[in-house]
Amino acid sequence: MTPLETLRVAVHALFRNKLRSFLTTLGVIIGVSAVIAMVAIGEGAKARVEEAFASMGANLLIITSGTTTAGGAHGGFGTLPTLTWEDLKAIRTELPSVQYAAPVLRSSAQVLTEDQNWATSVTGTTPEYFAIRNWPVAQGALFGQSDADGGTKVVVLGQTVVEKLYGVHFNPVGQLVRIQNVPFQVVGVLAKKGQSPMGQDYDDGVFIPHTTFQAKIQGGLQKYVNGVLFVSAISSEATARAEAQITDLLRDHHHIQTSTDDDFSIRNLTEMANAQQEGTETMTTLLASIAAVSLLVGGIGIMNIMLVSVTERTHEIGLRMAVGAKPRDILAQFLVEALTLSLTGGLFGIALGLVGARRLALQFGWPTLVRPEIIAIAVGFSALVGVGFGLYPALKASRLDPINALRFE
Amino acid sequence: MKERGPLIDLRQVTKIYHMGEVDVVALREVNLSIEEGGFIAIMGASGSGKSTLMNLLGCLDRPTTGQYFLAGRDVARLSRNDLAGVRNQVLGFVFQNFNLLSRTSAVDNVGLPLQYAGVPPRERRQRAEEALRQVGLGDRLRHHPNQLSGGQQQRVAVARALVTKPKLILADEPTGNLDSQTSIEIMALFQELWRSGITIIVVTHEQDIAEYASRVVTLRDGRVVSDTRHAPRVAHLDQRDASMIVEAAS
Repeated sequence: MTPLETLRVAVHALFRNKLRSFLTTLGVIIGVSAVIAMVAIGEGAKARVEEAFASMGANLLIITSGTTTAGGAHGGFGTLPTLTWEDLKAIRTELPSVQYAAPVLRSSAQVLTEDQNWATSVTGTTPEYFAIRNWPVAQGALFGQSDADGGTKVVVLGQTVVEKLYGVHFNPVGQLVRIQNVPFQVVGVLAKKGQSPMGQDYDDGVFIPHTTFQAKIQGGLQKYVNGVLFVSAISSEATARAEAQITDLLRDHHHIQTSTDDDFSIRNLTEMANAQQEGTETMTTLLASIAAVSLLVGGIGIMNIMLVSVTERTHEIGLRMAVGAKPRDILAQFLVEALTLSLTGGLFGIALGLVGARRLALQFGWPTLVRPEIIAIAVGFSALVGVGFGLYPALKASRLDPINALRFE
Repeated sequence: MKERGPLIDLRQVTKIYHMGEVDVVALREVNLSIEEGGFIAIMGASGSGKSTLMNLLGCLDRPTTGQYFLAGRDVARLSRNDLAGVRNQVLGFVFQNFNLLSRTSAVDNVGLPLQYAGVPPRERRQRAEEALRQVGLGDRLRHHPNQLSGGQQQRVAVARALVTKPKLILADEPTGNLDSQTSIEIMALFQELWRSGITIIVVTHEQDIAEYASRVVTLRDGRVVSDTRHAPRVAHLDQRDASMIVEAAS
């Protein structure tokens, strides 16, 4: 018989027991849709973490200065400024694994317009900061290196600040705002960036040149950086190398003995991201395994019903053999029946899984992501279930003795 | 009669069933030769070995020892797959309990052997319809077995045996489930087929059924105890059935 013919006979046989075939298929439908939905949730969580870390900045390293020790109480990193502007310059120019480096001086301040005011964070930095953060400008322009060097009184606003001071749909470029009584000209508005992985609003902040920050907010130029350094490595693989090179460079510049601790600390955001990623991957695997168990149960359901079917149709098998069916014809027929059940279940399961993932996303606000390869895997897996669990009943049928089968009542 | 070798040639065929510790000898060194174009009745009480002989002749089983030549070919040692091919091409079966697939139309039931012969669906349908017309069921093509009488179901089964144009039709108690009038109709059908050149072997325990054959082989305890030839009694049909068959044959 041709494969198409075998399929036709199989479908015909399955339609003779509609309810039973449907219930058997249901097992696979539930299994496959569970796998799809669970993996979609896992992948969605992973994508959200990835996105969050990407929004912090690509391949980001954050360098904070050392600790103060006063009366035996350690003050924590950043309490004692140890990083110098020379350090920053050296990191930026001497290390091949470093792409950008920018100072981040931060303070909170009241930003005033003629008739509104808003308390927000003020960051003093260089244009490289925006490159590290991968943060484009929406209106106007960023301040340039000459502003950063020259200490001009220009400011770039975050979206939230614009909304609070001017309302939505207002272009504030060219306006004047006052920060700590110093007038600044608005040169640009940043694109909306959203929340950091820690739930902080990136857009609630204003950015001014670091020199201006030192002069007007920190009260004078200093040798030390009163803040942190943001460094981006040339690639995510280079972050560990960059970290090591920066450590060597800073220890050398700060004349630290081999036995002494660093007077700075470096946080590798890529590593943190990877750790988080592993967490979500574990979750995805866990969810998918639980769902896979239900698919397995569906497969056992197929095997069960195929065994029943073989016993029930022993007489039919005997007759088919008597009129010329070869053992392999019988094998093919029952295998194709099992495959039809499992693949039909697989296809409906995919549909249900997609709908289910979408509903979960809408209902609970969980991010879900369905990748096409997951669908391919689901189809493959349900086919495997069909063959795996259909093989034994089919073999059993094909090995029946036609005489006994014909005599079977 | 064509002067070739016999259609069936059993030589020293013995069949032993192993039932646990005990060996049951169902056939003992049976020699039987059946020429092409015969109408043979195999008779015997239950336990005489006639079912075993039927299974061997039908290539459903293989002898323990001995040789079986079917149309000149030794089939005693063929594999299960090859036997299936022989059953499909050389033989047609008719069973006591019809053995039709339920919830399947007469045409599809009759077309079943052609499925396994690899005949494409369109031709299969044509040949099945033709076979059904030949047995007088040209107006019952789409009927399912449960919509047909016992005699009609057996006719469908005969059509299924016919459809592959076999040399030999094996009927195992074909009238066992039919009333006497319907039995005569079925035997008339077999005689009709016999006259058209198909070899017919009917296994029965009823003397009056065996009388329609031209040769009666009787078994007892696994041995052939008599083998007689006689002029067969002609099955008389009522007028309606006769016209149907004549009509179909024309």
